[in-house]
Amino acid sequence: MPLDQDLEIKKFKVIGTRVRRPDGVDKVTGRARYGADTSAPGQLVALVLRSPHPHAIIKKIDISKAEKLAGVKAIITSADLPDLTNGDRAMLDILENCMARKKVLYDGHAVAAVAAIDATTARAALKLIKVDYQILPHVTDVDEALKPTSPVIHDHIFTDGIEPKPTKASNFNKQAEYGHGDLDAGFAEADVIIEKSYKTEQTHQGYIEPHSCLASVSPDGAAEMWVCTQGHFVYRNQCAALLGLDANKLRVTASEIGGGFGGKTHIWTEPLALALSRKANRPVKLTMSREEVFRCTGPTSSTSIDVKIGAKKDGTITAAFAELRYHGGAFPSNWAEFGAMTTWACYDIKNCKSLSKDAIVNRPKTAAYRAPSAPQSCFAVENTIDEVAKAIGMDPVELRIKNAAKEGTKSSYGPVYGPIGIGATLQAAKNHPHMKAPLAKDTGRGMACGFWFNFGGQTCVDLNVTPDGTITVAVGTMDVGGSRASLALAAAEELGVPYEAVRVIVADTSSLGHNDMTDGSRGTFSSSMAAVFAARNAITILRERAAKTWEIPVDDVEWVDGEAKAKGASRGNLAPLTLKDLAKGAGGTGGPIAGHSEIVADNAGVSFGTHICDAHVDKETGKTTITRYTVIQDAGKAMHPSYVEGQYQGGAAQGIGWALNEEYVYGTNGRLQNAAFLDYRIPVCSDLPMIDTQILEIPNPHHPYGVRGVGETPIVPPLAAVSIAVTNATGVRMHHIPMSPPRILKAIKSAKM
Amino acid sequence: MRYETPSTAKEAVSLMAKEKGIAYILAGGTDLLVKMKAGMIEPDLVVDIKRVKGMNEIKKGAGGYSIGAAVPCVAILENAAFVKAWPGVADAANLIGSRQVQGRSTMTGNMCNASPAADSVPALVAAGAKVSIAGPKGNRKLAVEDVAAGVGRNNLKKGEIITSIDLPKKAAKSGDAYLRFTPRTEMDIAVVSVGVNLTLDGKGVITKARVALGAVSTTVLLVKEAAKAIIGTKLDDAAKANLAALCSAACKPIDDKRGTIEFRTDVAGVLARRAAETAYARAGGK
Amino acid sequence: MGAHVNTTINGDAVEFVCAPDESLLDVLRNRIGLTGAKEGCGTGDCGACSVILDGRLVCSCLVLGAEMNGKKLETIEGMADGAKLHPLQQHFIDGAALQCGICTPGFLMAAQALLRKNPDPTEEEIRYGLAGNLCRCTGYDKIVRAVQAAAKEMRG
Repeated sequence: MPLDQDLEIKKFKVIGTRVRRPDGVDKVTGRARYGADTSAPGQLVALVLRSPHPHAIIKKIDISKAEKLAGVKAIITSADLPDLTNGDRAMLDILENCMARKKVLYDGHAVAAVAAIDATTARAALKLIKVDYQILPHVTDVDEALKPTSPVIHDHIFTDGIEPKPTKASNFNKQAEYGHGDLDAGFAEADVIIEKSYKTEQTHQGYIEPHSCLASVSPDGAAEMWVCTQGHFVYRNQCAALLGLDANKLRVTASEIGGGFGGKTHIWTEPLALALSRKANRPVKLTMSREEVFRCTGPTSSTSIDVKIGAKKDGTITAAFAELRYHGGAFPSNWAEFGAMTTWACYDIKNCKSLSKDAIVNRPKTAAYRAPSAPQSCFAVENTIDEVAKAIGMDPVELRIKNAAKEGTKSSYGPVYGPIGIGATLQAAKNHPHMKAPLAKDTGRGMACGFWFNFGGQTCVDLNVTPDGTITVAVGTMDVGGSRASLALAAAEELGVPYEAVRVIVADTSSLGHNDMTDGSRGTFSSSMAAVFAARNAITILRERAAKTWEIPVDDVEWVDGEAKAKGASRGNLAPLTLKDLAKGAGGTGGPIAGHSEIVADNAGVSFGTHICDAHVDKETGKTTITRYTVIQDAGKAMHPSYVEGQYQGGAAQGIGWALNEEYVYGTNGRLQNAAFLDYRIPVCSDLPMIDTQILEIPNPHHPYGVRGVGETPIVPPLAAVSIAVTNATGVRMHHIPMSPPRILKAIKSAKM
Repeated sequence: MRYETPSTAKEAVSLMAKEKGIAYILAGGTDLLVKMKAGMIEPDLVVDIKRVKGMNEIKKGAGGYSIGAAVPCVAILENAAFVKAWPGVADAANLIGSRQVQGRSTMTGNMCNASPAADSVPALVAAGAKVSIAGPKGNRKLAVEDVAAGVGRNNLKKGEIITSIDLPKKAAKSGDAYLRFTPRTEMDIAVVSVGVNLTLDGKGVITKARVALGAVSTTVLLVKEAAKAIIGTKLDDAAKANLAALCSAACKPIDDKRGTIEFRTDVAGVLARRAAETAYARAGGK
Repeated sequence: MGAHVNTTINGDAVEFVCAPDESLLDVLRNRIGLTGAKEGCGTGDCGACSVILDGRLVCSCLVLGAEMNGKKLETIEGMADGAKLHPLQQHFIDGAALQCGICTPGFLMAAQALLRKNPDPTEEEIRYGLAGNLCRCTGYDKIVRAVQAAAKEMRG
């Protein structure tokens, strides 16, 4: 469905207003129920035994003592999770990540799970399980993992994407290449060539709610699961497949979700809870501890990236190359490839190429983290572009404007762009008062731009008119940050009723068709599109009912401002039929009135943003303070501006944390050293300034209201913007993220020598 | 696990002395409960001293302030006269964890937990504070710098409990300061920390000084040579440079997840200089 | 042996028995059915379990249930006056100061404790007053503004 033709002049009635979210009262009063907030009669408590070793063969697991402990109702190991994947290696990887099979692959890898009458008993049982490990050499660094001398983690991985395909197994999972043009010719044209290498450390999404689920499997094979997830349909499909359940018999209800940012797009302990419930024949609640969240769920990749850019003195980038090495944790992944696809996406470069190498290391399986893989490549590219600007003496914003992609540009990853916002965000940055504000002592300013693809995907919405004329909307794409308000706005806009007349819920997996999970910034984009269509389908029925009531052709009935009106002068005597009237009379005109929509929401508009950052650096301690921050991003159309701003601010804050202090610290023993919020340092309130936002609206031609996803792009530029600001404050280029005080102080000291 | 709430120190000592299993004192619990949750300790007995008479009080006597062992940090911060007298000690109380943690945590617990990074300890050592100890064999006093025996170990004997922290009478023309380095503004553990307490004469010359460093050794260090370097000076640039160099030289840190040897050594000197400047100003020096 | 406790929660007399090593947070969530306080970490680092105990803001994960005899506890469930939301609650909704909302109960308790002590805080005082509460969604901007707006309304 394309953008409404008249969008340019369309006056929205409720879209774009800052209404109160429907789940607000429950969330400020403590009533909202999250993953761990519900219980079932007779429920057991489950805990997971996890490996202390990063890489080891499981020689034997002895559960005999634990089984005998009073109050223990079920214990499972991989033996209870047979391989039902029928040769689907990707599914087997998921199962193997949930529970180690022959080997443990990272510190924290699950080896057994217990369900008992209470947590105390379950803890005691874990201590009674004896695991005999044969410890193997391990590797946690991405560059080390790619060396031929590295210990090989999987014997079935032979590098994809290189010819001839290797015959020896390695940790080099896959190589991929993107780009176009002739690099040699491009670099030959350049007046300056800058070549640099960068590293970024592994970070975690850091959602405040640990994973939790309540699973209940009946002897007849019917099962229910209550779980915090970004995609309960995907959880249903995967759990059912891995456990040999029929998907229709596993009803999954998504709880309110306490943050996900990509980390709750994968199943972790859910199959274990279901398997324990099946074995114990009782409901089982399994909630991760914070330590488990850090050790055993899916952080982002750490990376190592080389960038080479050539430019003419006038600022034209003639050639650009990057090699990106990312890891997927202990399993094969596409994260490096994602990084390669985003590398040059902001720019229109005649000759550009990016080469990705996916590595496997002894760390937990890497999961999506908000625009996964893009912040790292953006950090490397934007710093190099900043150096090019300095080398040719050009303003860095002007250099970017000169090379920015525009409508019609063939992107480095393939597609030709439609209307896009990169140029507009750069221009807005150039004109922003922040750019001209004076800087205090020891303070530097940096700017950077970033890109994210966005995604649409499978979406279902049911819209029902209740007998009193109010509206219910059921959606299957999880609301992770306020999208229910936006969907109610869409339904209200179409139907011409007040926002308050629409109530939106997230339906369980037995109530709607399959929905993809909330990722790729698709939640509001795709669900609002489906809500618009569902409302329009309902309006068709409403018009038919009015036509039937009036006994006139349906073509003579129009829907205006929440009422059916008869068209034409001869029908002027017919009083309009309101939604209330039609709802009340539905039983006599053909039954309940509803609108449905089941779509693949294609063509999510690509998204661009530009950030400006001021950073003060204490040169004696290396401590950085962000003193001012501005986010400028194209939203297509901001359905609820407050929540669009919130996405901009939240993404920026996560990016700032990543840029400055967040990192996984592994010891030489391959164990995670900082699996707690005390030492995994996400920004606290006093660490940040207010975060200014500017919403640009360049309509996405593929959404009826012009909406683009907005959730992910805001985390892309901060690593670059903050590091460039720090560089400008200290005079020293920062090549390693996070720029923790020891790293900054060391860089300053090295530069002095 | 048994949970007991004695109402006198004698009773508490007796409970602790008699227990054959693992016994812990519960004051604020902000370290104890974390360790219990992590399974690091499994106590057989926890003795809650918050209902012991006098343990919740900050008293001002002829000798100086006495802070009961169960006084939460927030109560120290709410005592305006104390904050005015010992702003460095108060700053330390204000840095132990969040507001929530300060609502429970005690300086005594912070000290007994014996982390080299404990915020209250360098400030109290610089202040010259002592602790009052009750035990099965009677009462005794111990300098704060002697409470910790090593990382996570203290010098209290079986059955002994600290009942209060006793600060000396505040000298005229004296001032104290506490600074720590953390990557974040709050919710962090000191990567390196410094407490300084100075007394001046009428001309602004330093007559007495105590300098203590945290998180750079297994226990908090009282750096006498650094103090000596600024005594007799008006904290001029040369004195500050000496102070910084001697503090850096005194460091015996480790590389860990929170910081490197090089970083801790460098920043110890920087913070010592800055803390001394603050203490000097608070003492009325110009 | 279980601890037998008589206490007051949101003005109501409450009696419970708990294991002596059980945290107040576990007692609230698993025995009393008050799940508004959340466990984000269990180690006092996130503030999602914040409650007000005898007038002081604390993390309920760092308090034993057994300690509660004779105490007065305020939790998020007692913040609204019946159907009327507290100004902080209302401004959190109106100002979009929550996204996922898991940290919201803790922030509201911390903000309540802050404004009781300091009805007219500066932005910096608000930021430090709320530094014990982690939020991963909002970047704190709208939370700080909501507290400012509520404080202004409460001052009248």
